[in-house]
Amino acid sequence: MSKTAKKETKIVEVSEHTVEIITNSGEGAQKCAQIFGQTCAKMGNGVWTVEIIPAEIEPPHHTVTSTSGNIIRFGTGKITNWGDQSKLAIAFNEQVLLSRHRLDSLDDNCIILQESMWETHEDEQIRKVYEEAMEEMSSKNYRFISVPIEEEALKIVDNPSHGKNMFALGMLAEIYQRDLSIIENQIAHIFRFKSQKVIDLNIELVKSGMAWARANLDFQFDLPSEPLEEERLVMNGNQACALGAIAAGMEMCAMYPITPATSVSHELAEIIEDFGGIVHQAEDEIAAAGVAIGASYAGKVALTVTSGPGMALKTEFLALAIMIEVPLVVLDVQRGGPSTGLPTKVEQSDLLSSLYGQPGDAPRVVIAPRSIEECFHSMVTARRIAETFRTVVIVLTDANLATGVQQFTRPELDIRWQQGPIDQSPVPEGLRPYEWDAKTGMSRRIIPGARGGQHTVTGLAHDEFSLVSYHPSSNERGMRMRSRKLAVFQSTLMPPEIHGETEGDLLVVGWGSTQGAIEEAVDRARAEGRKVSTCQLTFLSPLEPGLKDIFSKFDKVMTVEINYSDTVGDPYITEETRRYGQLAWLLRAHTLVDIDCWTSCPGQPLRPRDIYNSIVAKLDQPVKLERGAAV
Amino acid sequence: MSGIALSLLDLEADAPVCFEAEDYQRRPGKWCAGCGDFGALNAVKRLLAKEQLQPERMVFVSGIGCSSRFPHYVNAYGFHGIHGRALPVATGIKLARPELDVFVVTGDGDCTSIGAGHWIHATRYNANMVVLLLDNNIYGLTKNQTSPTTPQGYSSMTSPHGSVLPALDPLQATLGVSNASFVAQTADWVPVHLYATLQAAYEHPGFSFVRILQRCPKFTPDVFEQQIKDPNTTELLVHEDGVDPPGLEKLFKARRVHDPKNIDDARSLARRTDMLRLGVFFRDDSLPVYDEVRAVPPMTPQEKINRLNKVFERYAV
Repeated sequence: MSKTAKKETKIVEVSEHTVEIITNSGEGAQKCAQIFGQTCAKMGNGVWTVEIIPAEIEPPHHTVTSTSGNIIRFGTGKITNWGDQSKLAIAFNEQVLLSRHRLDSLDDNCIILQESMWETHEDEQIRKVYEEAMEEMSSKNYRFISVPIEEEALKIVDNPSHGKNMFALGMLAEIYQRDLSIIENQIAHIFRFKSQKVIDLNIELVKSGMAWARANLDFQFDLPSEPLEEERLVMNGNQACALGAIAAGMEMCAMYPITPATSVSHELAEIIEDFGGIVHQAEDEIAAAGVAIGASYAGKVALTVTSGPGMALKTEFLALAIMIEVPLVVLDVQRGGPSTGLPTKVEQSDLLSSLYGQPGDAPRVVIAPRSIEECFHSMVTARRIAETFRTVVIVLTDANLATGVQQFTRPELDIRWQQGPIDQSPVPEGLRPYEWDAKTGMSRRIIPGARGGQHTVTGLAHDEFSLVSYHPSSNERGMRMRSRKLAVFQSTLMPPEIHGETEGDLLVVGWGSTQGAIEEAVDRARAEGRKVSTCQLTFLSPLEPGLKDIFSKFDKVMTVEINYSDTVGDPYITEETRRYGQLAWLLRAHTLVDIDCWTSCPGQPLRPRDIYNSIVAKLDQPVKLERGAAV
Repeated sequence: MSGIALSLLDLEADAPVCFEAEDYQRRPGKWCAGCGDFGALNAVKRLLAKEQLQPERMVFVSGIGCSSRFPHYVNAYGFHGIHGRALPVATGIKLARPELDVFVVTGDGDCTSIGAGHWIHATRYNANMVVLLLDNNIYGLTKNQTSPTTPQGYSSMTSPHGSVLPALDPLQATLGVSNASFVAQTADWVPVHLYATLQAAYEHPGFSFVRILQRCPKFTPDVFEQQIKDPNTTELLVHEDGVDPPGLEKLFKARRVHDPKNIDDARSLARRTDMLRLGVFFRDDSLPVYDEVRAVPPMTPQEKINRLNKVFERYAV
């Protein structure tokens, strides 16, 4: 490890950079990154941050599995994803660093500011594992810089676990020439429930990190920012969903704790009572759905928040809500599956189960926000659709959006997003509970309390009087009416926008959170003259109109998704046995176009580099002229 | 249940002056002849007429099973949902609209088997509603399968050699839950007692759990044969804070004054198997009621927008 003898400081201008703070779980990496990211955003930079979190609260320290950290990508312009690799890392020990090395997360020339105490530790075993880790990492051209992080922190606080993160923040502040006053304000905000002494100590730690960097480092980065021309908010996707729910006038969020969705309810629990609503923590996922449906049936548009395993449990209730046409918004923050899977990690594997995950035909709306800004607006949209069409709307975000932090234009709140008074006007004599419009399947919602509207909703097959009916034509009519609403809704949608030319050699189709990474990869390929475009779907059920026409203008169409698909050529895997990515299945069935897919389920967001490589590989693949024969 | 709905009713100038019990029957019940559910429906209708409840201000919530068809026959709003899940739906309705009167009708399979988790927690939430457990000791709608309350040794299609385990006692289970506030037992063959118990349950502010013993004429016609034939095997729990319907003194000689405030006595009486006991085992009107403790002041849309704009400031750059 090189010790830097301070030479003249060289200032390198960059348009963007990616930084990792890598620590043991419980050492405060998230706070450090949160403040750094907010500071960059406030200075006008584009920002995207990604949490690296173990599933356990505090796994054994100083091991490759204890890694907790944060990646902050920030730049002069807009940043839409976590990028490829980190250019600079601060590591509190070599084991957590090694875990990042093994995941190929660090750039070949990454600058690593590493805790110095382990190299010379008195415990021989610690020195030994240190040396082995350094040996393993020597395959790369990393620039290691030894930093006495703990020693410096101990000069200010007694417990270094509560101080090293702020010292690290100070180093970053100096390296990237951040505005100290913004950092001070951020610290004051984050520790607003603590004493002034805590705030002062944290600021002192930051200053000491800055001083150390100034005295010992021979480089700084100049990352210019553009002045902000509009008001922006910066938050993660779960916070955006929570605030979106408030903006949409939702007064009931029924939930059961599940990673990575729970923090939506944390955010709501803190504020929703100031908005006339409550968070009800139910005894289980099923009950959470039931309470939400009960509240919605009684006139309040309700939200239930969950992730994949919870979705599985709610299935029967969601089908009931669809059957009795009670509006309901379900937020599924997807994680890796199946089963308990990867609780803290991203995957896009709930698409097909969201569309079809119950016995019987139960048409519902499924939408997938593509950015953190869309997380906010999706709640307003979802509520509107749920009420207008008396159905269930599933909003699919994922762990990437949930914990990623980005800034977006401050929404102009609209009073029409809020719920008006519950309709309690008397029901005219003769009005049936399901007065289905024969053409659209839509009907007036009758809410308990309305005089003359008494009827019993039932999950059994029923007629327009809500009377149980096993008559063949009655059952078919009910099916038709519930399904028709989706077609009516689809008629209000626009075809998706194409990023790039509207014709070419390859169209990449994504959905949800991958938009930023896909567009960056496509832009890279286009800059090299490749004829590739992309479109990112947000409406999955019903699908946006015009897809077949759009696809017909490209020689090849390929989905890019964070889920599993087989690779032809693997043992037993042929064109016949191959299982596709979930959107690919859907689009193939929907358009009869021979759509390929490139998918990956590493438990982390897709990197533009990997998508770019898949694009190049697909473009280089011969076009199939006829079924089963390749040129 | 009490309070708000009645006071609103008083304000309804155009409300019909008087509802008869039959006004609350929407259509005839389609249960088998001799089913105990008819008795429960009649008692409920009498209660609604006694309280003069507006049909549109009540919701009857049920799950799945014979008993869960109940809401179809009552002139009120009804929610016939999915198996075992009536209680969460009812909780949601009550949280959203505390002014509505909520009744839950459930069976021994629906409540004490598939819905057992919700039963425990709904008891603890203590939301203001009346819960009727129509307990006929058997799965009827699916045609004769053992339920948790089927007596040990009783045979069914799924236990042809007799149920192997002691029956689950819903009273003991409910009395064991923290914040349980009203637990009573009555029987379909004592309609006077059934009605009086429902009346007390309705008046109680909180989660009023009433187990109604009854027979399934098809599959358990004989489960309470001894008790019906010999009233001396039944003891009435009487108290001014519980029920003591007039006219039963002659039939039921065994009477015990039981103060329903006494949880230890209630649990001890529920455990005893020497006699069948009908009455209010436990009642405490002072316990936290979920829809009351979670009530928050309403906010106008404009106020909400103003407040949300303030919240935005925390995230503004």
